[in-house]
Amino acid sequence: MMRFLLLFSRQGRLRLQKWFTPTPEREKKKIIRDMTTMVLARKPRSCNFLHWRDLKIVYKRYASLYFCLALEDQDNELLALEILHRYVELLDKYFGNVCELDIIFNFEKAYFILDEFLMGGEIQETSKQIVNRSIEASDMLQEDDNSDWYEVELFG
Amino acid sequence: MSDVVEKTLTALPSLLSLDSQPGSGKLSSTSKLGNLIRGITELTSKHEEEKLIQRELSSIKEQVASPNTSMRQMKELMVRAIYCEMLGYEASFSYIHAIKLAQQGTVLEKRVGYLAVSLFLNESHELLLLLVNTVLKDLQSTNLIEVCMALTVVSQMFPKDMIPAILPLVEEKLTHPKEIIRRKAVLALYKFYLIAPNQVQHIHNKFRKALCDKDPGVMTASLHIYLQMIKENPEGYKDLTASFVTILKQVVGGKLPMDFNYHSVPAPWLQIQLLRILSLLGKDDQSTSEMMYEVLDESLRRAEMNHNITYAILYECVKSIYTIHPKAELLEKAAKCIGNFVLSPKINLKYLGLKALTYVVQQDANLALQHQLTIIECLDHSDLVIKRETLELLFRITNAQNVTVIVEKMLEFLRLSKDDYTTIDLVGKVAELWFIETMNTVFSLGGDMMQPDIPNSFLRLLSEGFDSTEEDRQLRLFAVDSYVSLLQGEPGRLPQRFLQVISWVLGEYSHLREGLEPATTLRLLAKLLDMKHTSSETKSWVLLAMSKLCEGPDCVSLAQELSERHGGSLDTVLRQRVQELRHLSEDAELRASVLPRDAAQEPLEVDSSLSFLDGFVSEALSAGAAPYKPPHQRQEELAQAKALSLEPYGLSLPISMSSCSLADRQSPTLLSMSSGLSGNSTDLSHKGGSTTLKLDGVKRVWGKDGYLAQKEPVEESAQVEVPSPLCSPSRQGGADSTHSQTPTPTPTPEPEKEKQQLASSLFVGLGSQSSVCLMGKSEQTPQRFRRKAKGQGSSSGASEQISNSHYSTQSTVDNLLCNNLLDSTVTSDLAVSTPEQTPQLSQEVATTNGTCDAEQDLIEETDPGNSPSLIRANSTVTADPPAHKDPDRPKDSCLSSHLPAELAGLSHSEIIPLCSSQNLDLSACHVQKEDALLLVIFIENSSDSDIECLLFLSQVSCVTDSPVEAVRSLSVSVYQYSLMVKRPAAHVALAGTASYHMALLTQSMLVSCFCLTSLLFLCLGRPLCVSTEEYGTLWLAFSQDTKQNLALLNDGQDPLTATLDVLKNKLQLHVVDIIGAEGIVACRLLQGQPCLMHCRVHAGSLAVWLRSPVPDLPDCLLYHCQRALQEH
Repeated sequence: MMRFLLLFSRQGRLRLQKWFTPTPEREKKKIIRDMTTMVLARKPRSCNFLHWRDLKIVYKRYASLYFCLALEDQDNELLALEILHRYVELLDKYFGNVCELDIIFNFEKAYFILDEFLMGGEIQETSKQIVNRSIEASDMLQEDDNSDWYEVELFG
Repeated sequence: MSDVVEKTLTALPSLLSLDSQPGSGKLSSTSKLGNLIRGITELTSKHEEEKLIQRELSSIKEQVASPNTSMRQMKELMVRAIYCEMLGYEASFSYIHAIKLAQQGTVLEKRVGYLAVSLFLNESHELLLLLVNTVLKDLQSTNLIEVCMALTVVSQMFPKDMIPAILPLVEEKLTHPKEIIRRKAVLALYKFYLIAPNQVQHIHNKFRKALCDKDPGVMTASLHIYLQMIKENPEGYKDLTASFVTILKQVVGGKLPMDFNYHSVPAPWLQIQLLRILSLLGKDDQSTSEMMYEVLDESLRRAEMNHNITYAILYECVKSIYTIHPKAELLEKAAKCIGNFVLSPKINLKYLGLKALTYVVQQDANLALQHQLTIIECLDHSDLVIKRETLELLFRITNAQNVTVIVEKMLEFLRLSKDDYTTIDLVGKVAELWFIETMNTVFSLGGDMMQPDIPNSFLRLLSEGFDSTEEDRQLRLFAVDSYVSLLQGEPGRLPQRFLQVISWVLGEYSHLREGLEPATTLRLLAKLLDMKHTSSETKSWVLLAMSKLCEGPDCVSLAQELSERHGGSLDTVLRQRVQELRHLSEDAELRASVLPRDAAQEPLEVDSSLSFLDGFVSEALSAGAAPYKPPHQRQEELAQAKALSLEPYGLSLPISMSSCSLADRQSPTLLSMSSGLSGNSTDLSHKGGSTTLKLDGVKRVWGKDGYLAQKEPVEESAQVEVPSPLCSPSRQGGADSTHSQTPTPTPTPEPEKEKQQLASSLFVGLGSQSSVCLMGKSEQTPQRFRRKAKGQGSSSGASEQISNSHYSTQSTVDNLLCNNLLDSTVTSDLAVSTPEQTPQLSQEVATTNGTCDAEQDLIEETDPGNSPSLIRANSTVTADPPAHKDPDRPKDSCLSSHLPAELAGLSHSEIIPLCSSQNLDLSACHVQKEDALLLVIFIENSSDSDIECLLFLSQVSCVTDSPVEAVRSLSVSVYQYSLMVKRPAAHVALAGTASYHMALLTQSMLVSCFCLTSLLFLCLGRPLCVSTEEYGTLWLAFSQDTKQNLALLNDGQDPLTATLDVLKNKLQLHVVDIIGAEGIVACRLLQGQPCLMHCRVHAGSLAVWLRSPVPDLPDCLLYHCQRALQEH
């Protein structure tokens, strides 16, 4: 099971955080600080895995953004790398040529996509098409809409 | 920072225009967020940023509190509040508004509200209670998107005690028509299961339904729950193994919709989940594991594409294969796979390769040997993570011989590492490994002159332990192991102090080592008692340890023996200990209460005033005894009295008594206290005059030298002396240049050599055999290497003779064939290139020929032949019976004399040779017994040595007691098999192998016999005696029937009777009744299957109608009737 997912910039600025298990605020701050310093200190050509306390940290850099995922001991590191990759693919499909700025200015969208992709620390949906369809369908909803039409769209 | 600012600024206009996309809300408020972000990036100091954010927050606060703010505006405010929180500024005033937004907003606003809630609030936050109603409402909503949102937020964070309120609604969603709802509901329940397993107990059968859901996505979601439940209780879900295997098979086979593919690999997440479940189910369970071998193999095979995701699957596969009950073939493939990981240039794969090695190395240390050079490289890797993983691996293979090098490497790493957690972990490991070893050295070198509290505090540490019980256990185990091996060596050299420590540790903790019999430990300890140098103090430590261990009949007799030997000792303490030992060994209950196991650190209540002795003392005093004087008072008195000889009487006894009887039975804390109080002999000698001190010093110097001289070779041998020729660096070099198997023919360069040297010191003592193959990467497995070497060493003389004599008897064709084969094998397989393998090879040739013959026979055997020989051996030629009979004749008569006595009187068929090698001849015949048909096999040994031969035949059961038997030289062994035919068939082939040992090699040859059922029937058929009525009922009960006309015999008298008589005589049928032109006949097979025959004379022939419960029996009998009548 995944414990948390952090997105931060090369400067160590947090762009997105997702905690899959309850974590006290103080602890969150400490983890974010530890993760940014640890990951940013990694030299190029090092492996994408780290140990932190009893957790396994899998990180990957996409352009100027670091994706950092914490796993429990039994989880598969390589698969976690693919989770990150799939998330980037999902963002890319939604924003079209996604860059850090998309995620800065539309971070809530990035959260919504993540919620469709992962749930409760586990993978919920791996298909790019399906995730995007549900996000776009919700996006289309307008206040005065009673959304019947979109439901057809979403749930096919 | 500046480039980001620049980028942000240039991107802003396009970003703002982007916002015109549908649903992205109001431009104005987004631009407020945009303004905020831009504002922040323009700032140069943290202080300015803080000011800006505070301003922003107060503006947000003002707006959210205003009653005029619409939900739509609220949504934008929430986004900004989230952003501020992300930057690390608290916006707790907005929490309640987030909940309100989730409650009152439309779908789009609600979504932001829920997001804000999930980011702001923790599971334990009190405001969360306000959310429960909203969630309840949304779960019941007709709008599917609202239901989805509610389920998402529920799985994100939900107060534990409120779960029951919404559980029924979530449960209900398991049967929702929309698959996405079902999937989210399953995941939400999974989350509930994690935080409150008791509350979802009652819906376990619904999980099963989810597992069987027609949508693979729902099924996948349910696997998370199953993984968890199986982890907790693997026994409860064994019945699902077959289903999981089937699902995995389908996934691997690409049966899922394309949607589930990830970079054209079918559902990798699902695959890995299933693999993990299977490995949990198959762990320590052979029959369950057997169900999954095939699919694991398939997964390994399919995951060949060179992509990260396939490596993820492979890694999981390998882990499963090494977790479940092992299967050699799969292990081999998995090991190869690990090799691919380890040798991969990709650093991530190398890392996982190391992890996999760490995982499997305890099962298969050879694998680490194979990759030792890679491991050495990784040890010096610039990436600390890789380095640490390598140390982890080394930690698993640490043994007494390589501990020094490994600890050194760990300490080296510690100097580099800054991470606290790693440091703690590693320090623990180093301590565990190093502590005992070092203390051993300290004790051995320090000898008896060290301060007494060193051993005491050591024992205290050991018994009080550290934080984790598992680590303590490991540490104690390590101590026990190392002490047992020390005692097995030469304990005579060890100092007394160390021997005392050893005895105490063994007494307390040797039960931790499984497989170490208490009697073994006792004997080791008893050895100490017999040594001259052992002081009486040490002896009482030893005896006390023995009393702790005394368990079982072995020990009782040992204790008895000891008490006889030492019971008469002059030392009273020793005598007391021996008596204690004897009594305690006889009374287990008493021992358990006096010396409870693992009670070393439990505080004992000590009645220090010894009040329970008051009665005894007053009695003694009244009887005229002298009042008790404390030791110091006595000493003073003695000193005043100028008593000279302190040592033998006054001191040694009370002191050893106090230090032993109090301390080592109780806790080391007390031990240190008591010895601190009273001191002991060493202390006293210090306290004594200067002359004694000097003498002591002289003695010690001598003693130290002695130890050093003895110690050095021991240490050296521990590090270097390995029974491999490739170990010491100098010899390594030689081996490199001469040995043909080294991958690098050029002389090894210096750094390489260093690495190899490191390798040899690291991997010392690993593997099942001690010959460390340094160049482990070569394909050759060490076992093979070893066998070859052994063959070269020992068996060449004897076996060469054999092979020579064998060659002379072989035909030239065989020789040619043999040589050809030999050549081809030499090129393909290094292991058979040695001359002494030849006998085996030629044996194989002979065997192959034998099989060929047999097959030919089987093919040629179209005509059953006239001679009723039951068994056709591979060497017989059917077309020419006399040809094989004649040479066999003399053999027949000579072998028949070997028939067992009980069979000698019975008729037996002719003895036919089955197969032969140069030394063994196998022949067979069959013997007809009343209740059985026996196949008798003769094994004739023509060599002049005994041969152990194992004969295995399929389809027959052995009558002879043991199938393995040594066939003495120049004699014959006889085996009996009773033949069973489960079902009559066209023919029955008996096949088997005879394997025998000769000159260290196990050889085997194929044995094949060929039986015709029709002939078999002759031997197996028996009359079935039934009455006409019984016949009638049986007839109706049988289902298999055959009808045919047979020729009628015309011998003048009644043709029916005559025909049936012939059949009766030849086939052992029972004629039940003859009524006019009809007759009924019954028979049965040996095992009891009946066959009934109804005959009627009709138009000059005999119309027969056969019935039996066994399918082929009527046909078989019919066939034989035809044959019998023809022959007549």
